[in-house]
Amino acid sequence: MRQQLHAEWTKLRTVTGTGRLLLGTVMLTLAVSAAAAAAVSCPPAGCDYDPAEISLFGVQLGQAVVAILAVLTISGEYGTGMIRTTLAAMPVRTTVLAAKAVVLTGLTLAAGTLAVLASVLAGRLILPGNGFTPAHGRPLLSLADGPMLRAAAGSVLYLVLIALLSLGIAAAVRDSAVAVGSVLGLLYLFPVVILMVSDQDWQRLLWRISPMNAGLAIQATTHLSSLPLSPWAGLGVLAVWAAAALLGGGLLLRLRDA
Amino acid sequence: MTTTAPYRPRPRAGRDGFAHLLHAEWTKFRTVRGWVTTMVIAALVTVLLGLLAAAGSHASCSEGPVEVACPAVPVGPGGEAVEDQFYFAHRSLTGNGDITARLTSMTGIITYPPPDHDKIVPGLVPWAKAGVIVKDGTRQGSAYAAMMVTGSHGVRMQHNFTEDTAGRPGGVSAASPRWLRLTRSGDTLTGYESADGTRWTKVGTAHLAGLPATVQIGLFVASPGDLTVKRADLGGSIEQMRFTQATAVFDNVGLRGDVPGGAWSRDAVGVTGTTDWERYHRPNGVLESGGTFTVTGAGDLAPRMDGQTVERTLTGALTGLILVIVVAVMFVTGEYRRGMIRTTLLAGPRRGRTLAAKALVIGAVTFVAALAATTVTVTAGKRILRSNGNYILPVSPLTELRVVVGVAALFGVAAVLALALGAVFRRGVAAIVTAVVVIVVPSILATVSVLPEGAARWLLRLTPAAGFAIQQSVPEYPQVTGHYVPQAGYYPLAPWAGLAVLCAYAALALVLAVVLLRRRDA
Repeated sequence: MRQQLHAEWTKLRTVTGTGRLLLGTVMLTLAVSAAAAAAVSCPPAGCDYDPAEISLFGVQLGQAVVAILAVLTISGEYGTGMIRTTLAAMPVRTTVLAAKAVVLTGLTLAAGTLAVLASVLAGRLILPGNGFTPAHGRPLLSLADGPMLRAAAGSVLYLVLIALLSLGIAAAVRDSAVAVGSVLGLLYLFPVVILMVSDQDWQRLLWRISPMNAGLAIQATTHLSSLPLSPWAGLGVLAVWAAAALLGGGLLLRLRDA
Repeated sequence: MTTTAPYRPRPRAGRDGFAHLLHAEWTKFRTVRGWVTTMVIAALVTVLLGLLAAAGSHASCSEGPVEVACPAVPVGPGGEAVEDQFYFAHRSLTGNGDITARLTSMTGIITYPPPDHDKIVPGLVPWAKAGVIVKDGTRQGSAYAAMMVTGSHGVRMQHNFTEDTAGRPGGVSAASPRWLRLTRSGDTLTGYESADGTRWTKVGTAHLAGLPATVQIGLFVASPGDLTVKRADLGGSIEQMRFTQATAVFDNVGLRGDVPGGAWSRDAVGVTGTTDWERYHRPNGVLESGGTFTVTGAGDLAPRMDGQTVERTLTGALTGLILVIVVAVMFVTGEYRRGMIRTTLLAGPRRGRTLAAKALVIGAVTFVAALAATTVTVTAGKRILRSNGNYILPVSPLTELRVVVGVAALFGVAAVLALALGAVFRRGVAAIVTAVVVIVVPSILATVSVLPEGAARWLLRLTPAAGFAIQQSVPEYPQVTGHYVPQAGYYPLAPWAGLAVLCAYAALALVLAVVLLRRRDA
């Protein structure tokens, strides 16, 4: 496994896009979070906004960049034909996928942590100017606060799981464009469908199985009881999606000709 | 010494023609089975999601525990659904004439307002209305023109539900009464206001087409419900209307013209049922003593905003749009991957024209597929919604056509934008993600997320997602208190302006793509 890890790390490190995509994840997440924090305002009478969700809002866009990185990790090889060399050098295919997953997890963890920390810092600096002040019963964002720490750490895990989900789908689909289209479709379209159905039970059911809605429950720090799933259970739903995608992708990788 | 010109084959006519390029690109598109299938799936998904959403949407009316048929919604002279509910003290007027009245007091109550929702408090909602009115009978939805003082928008002249002209701002009190006058001359009504009853200022004129000779003229009071909006648990919001009531005191009421003698008629126009407040505290009505009229009423004369809209069935189009983006991007990046682009550029060396042909083909194919999808979705979706008891706010056939064709055009332009991005990036993944992030994601974030309303509006002004404004069928009315947010289907830009923003992005991307295509090696 060490050799495979080293091989995958070398490949990912030397491909031109990786650095830029990681930087893109951090910048996009930070920029969108800061913009959301700057746009929200809370009158003294109080407001319904969850400061954790607002300050981590950029994750909803940053995940798209993470998905690109993850898809390219394997689809890029299919595009160039490199995959044949890879599989000739490392014939145990599931190990190749596992090595890719590990390297990807490490990179996403690093970039995600940076992105989330920067977003929280931006929220802490910007939100008090928009009415989220201790005087109005809205304490400053702080990672020492249990729910906030859970939201921040959970958001990093969320990004990692999105990367693994994308990797699994890309291993199954192979074509990079189709893979990234499928990932984005899976992520962003559940929320729309949930809005479209007016039946409450269906709404809650769809919400529970939606990778993005359920996964982002980890960011909620207010109105927890009204959510269809608890934060960690929500992240668990996304983990199930990611595991299923990796399993399916790994199986297809083993069964098919490259 | 003789020089010989190098041999050049004479170009064959039509060989390099634009029609030829179009034909070539169309052949390429048509013969890749995956692209055609995906395009068909995109159309089918749009239709299926739309019809499923319509089928899952039920509405019914009940009186107490008993389910009853929903009352018919009145329709105004302009064809729009209207609220037409107010207290009306009136006489009939034949021919020309006018009414003058002095308003000395305007008070009211609001039931259970925030934050605690536990008390009935005195107060007026911003669009509480009291004044003089000329109306074509007491039938709901009939033409009218009125001069009024409002809760906090000063003096207004309004007519036929949708029209609103502002007069002098400020409220009314015993110390500063307001004089109002409405003059009828044929089908023209002119509104005046005054602070002292001698110096009059004209506020506005209204032409009520087809106003009969005999009309009802008199005093009216209305008070629309107080709106509170709460965030819903799963995104979106819950709107709640609470009963309010207004009371106005008029004196110096003067009528000129052919008005038969006798008592004033009293009508609670459009009122169904009464609240406990009306039953036990203060009923709607008129008290007359010594030339002073105290009129109490509730309701509103305004466009009705409560109901489904035709574009509601098109929400699923976003799914189809992602598929369209994938096809449009691959239509050009696929050529780079397979090396086909070199053959393409060899056959059509004028690269700008070749890309234009590609854009035209993908735009047209998408438009046709999307038009089929939107036509079926809206036509069948409306039928399903109605059969499930939903009320759909009526719009003119032209507006409906704009929604159906406009959304198809939105698909076509989005496909062109995606294609241009594909030519710029030459890599499918980057282009697809960029296209989805600029077109689809802003619209999703603005309509179904926790994003604050201000940020949502800016997203729908500045990003290509502004194009979704084309589907808004019911406009925003400043004279109706409403929850006008993207989540409820109200876009910050006018329909065509929104589409223009998307077109501008597509044109910009296409120009950039042409420049890069000409400059770079393929």
